[in-house]
Amino acid sequence: MSTEKIKTTYRDAIRAAIREALLRDERVFLMGEDVGRYGGCFAVSKGLLDEFGPERIRDTPLSESAFVGAGIGAAMGGVRPIVEIMTVNFSLLALDQIVNNAATILHMSGGQFNIPLVIRMTTGAGRQLAAQHSHSLEGWYAHIPGIKVLTPATLEDARGMLWPALEDPDPVLIFENGMLYNMEGELAADAGAVDISKAAIRRSGKHVSLITYGGTLFKTLQATEELAREGIDAEVIDLRALRPLDTATIVESVSHTHRAVIVDEGWRSGSISAEIMARIMEHAFYELDAPVARVCSAEVPMPYPKHLEDAAIPQVPAIVASARRVVTGHE
Amino acid sequence: MSEFRMPSLGADMEFGTLVDWRVKSGDRIKRGDVVALVETEKGVIEVEIFENGVIDSLIVQPGQKVPVGATLAIVRSDGKTAEVQPAPAAAPPSEAKAAVEELRPATVAPPTELPGRARVSPLARKRAQELGVELSAVTGTGEAGSITASDVEKAAAAKQGAPVAPPASAKGLDLQAMRRVIAAAMARSKREIPHYYLATTIAMSNSLNWLAAENAKRTVTRRLLYSALLIRAVALAAREVPEVNGFWIDGAFKLADGVHVGVAISLRQGGLINPAIHDVDKKSLDELMESMLDLVNRARSGHLRSSELSDGTITVTNLGEQGVASVFGVIYPPQVALVGFGKLIERPYASNGLLGARPMIEATLSGDHRVSDGHRGGRFLLVVDRLLQAPEKL
Repeated sequence: MSTEKIKTTYRDAIRAAIREALLRDERVFLMGEDVGRYGGCFAVSKGLLDEFGPERIRDTPLSESAFVGAGIGAAMGGVRPIVEIMTVNFSLLALDQIVNNAATILHMSGGQFNIPLVIRMTTGAGRQLAAQHSHSLEGWYAHIPGIKVLTPATLEDARGMLWPALEDPDPVLIFENGMLYNMEGELAADAGAVDISKAAIRRSGKHVSLITYGGTLFKTLQATEELAREGIDAEVIDLRALRPLDTATIVESVSHTHRAVIVDEGWRSGSISAEIMARIMEHAFYELDAPVARVCSAEVPMPYPKHLEDAAIPQVPAIVASARRVVTGHE
Repeated sequence: MSEFRMPSLGADMEFGTLVDWRVKSGDRIKRGDVVALVETEKGVIEVEIFENGVIDSLIVQPGQKVPVGATLAIVRSDGKTAEVQPAPAAAPPSEAKAAVEELRPATVAPPTELPGRARVSPLARKRAQELGVELSAVTGTGEAGSITASDVEKAAAAKQGAPVAPPASAKGLDLQAMRRVIAAAMARSKREIPHYYLATTIAMSNSLNWLAAENAKRTVTRRLLYSALLIRAVALAAREVPEVNGFWIDGAFKLADGVHVGVAISLRQGGLINPAIHDVDKKSLDELMESMLDLVNRARSGHLRSSELSDGTITVTNLGEQGVASVFGVIYPPQVALVGFGKLIERPYASNGLLGARPMIEATLSGDHRVSDGHRGGRFLLVVDRLLQAPEKL
């Protein structure tokens, strides 16, 4: 990898990834609501229609079930669709296509038909979009066998996860946290595909493992700075993929820190954070020196007012307090 | 709310008698305060508390003998709003029940069984098994008084009890608990620690001359003993060669934060104890002298503090008074080095081609070969020697 860096944003990194895929493989095309003329609801696909034309950048009607179904059919037919669903809540309209078709056809066809489909969607709260457009349901999708669930948080992952997702013979869902689109940073000029099978240690530490993904990664990293001032050396795991979960990395980390806090923007009950706790129990029980803790979103419909929305989702002080409690026994 | 429990003040301790409270309910306490006097086989020990808060209620009354781990008092930790408590006579039922259960002397329960509702982390339980620590004797410092791995490790360290049983004294082997503890710690040390031994002879004329001149200026009570020079030299040398100052824990060396010199003190009733003088590297000779006298007095009268029993980072044993020429001691785990001094002997000494007589002392180092080697150990003794040649700087 070259050492040359470019300044970019999470949004531009995703656009660069889509562009690369379109250039690299003529079977790849993008479809979704407003992805063409409007340039995408979050401006991710801006300019792509002009460059690649309406055959490959396709605006769809407002019917998630129909265009996700079309994507499944296209994938079965041998092309490589990238289907964009505006936000995760709209994906509920396509749930039957995703859960009942995309995830099962390989099985139902006796192994005859893979579904090499990629579905991208925006997830997460924090932008005052209220209760119907602020869900974090990626952990919910991670419940479904037959699909993979990716949660890129860094610029490298925004840039690098799409290509391996397209290469995967089975359906892959990519969840882009809406708060990250404007995130700026430096990225290697020749950044490309990344491994999508492993979690990443974003900070090494010895006292507690903070396990997170997506939008809460940066809040968690910020929390480690405050913890460090108190003498608590926290390790941060960015899960990157919620299905399959990289249990080995979690277990290895907890086995040397002996403590864990899971930070998850999803609701607590029946969540991916609960699944991670269960895996720690199953695989690292005897390494635990304190009960595993978690910082999740309040179990309420997401409030619209800014201060209430902020109070409903994981924030740095709550992460710090939880980690401190796990390490020292008091908050 | 948290529970202040009967601490383990050495592994030979199964029960302790609460002699007196130094606090009453409602008193504000801070970490490090002496809150109670507890009598054990080693004497009366001042017990410190390790949190800040307010004493809510005293559960155990003076004169009561309770097992290690029993709740002595309930403490309202800082940062929590005080809960409304029923009158002390009717303490919360669960706590009262737990207290009663814990007051009951351990009967025939298997050794790993815990009294009442003690909380132990899975890792702590595993470590306890590995280290042979009985959990009922461990005081928990984790969430809600739960026992964590570091509590177990501290208890294991305290359990090692006393260092350096020189072979000569092994004759008094008996079934006394303390002797058993010493036996266990020393056997473990010899089984697990690959010791190496170095010895060097240090000329003490500079130190003793300086000491004589210095003491001539002082009143009798303020005079310095040469052993203060030795301990101070060891502490400063340990700072310069840090591989001798710390612990071997979990298969790795952990450098100690400060230099707390454990001093082997033999007790009149038999046995040894190894209390630590804290931060010797930062103390002046006068302060060190004061600490030493205080420690020896309190050790022999049985008034040691709980933190002194487990905090040593390196041990010094001085058997000069016993007429021993040199000591090759057994390291006190989890420490990694032990420094021994023999008696001052006037010896012929050649310098600049002339023969004279000088007081000499044999300094030895028992080192843990997993952490340091003869090269670094030799360097350590060399530094001790160098420091003792310039006593005015100590």
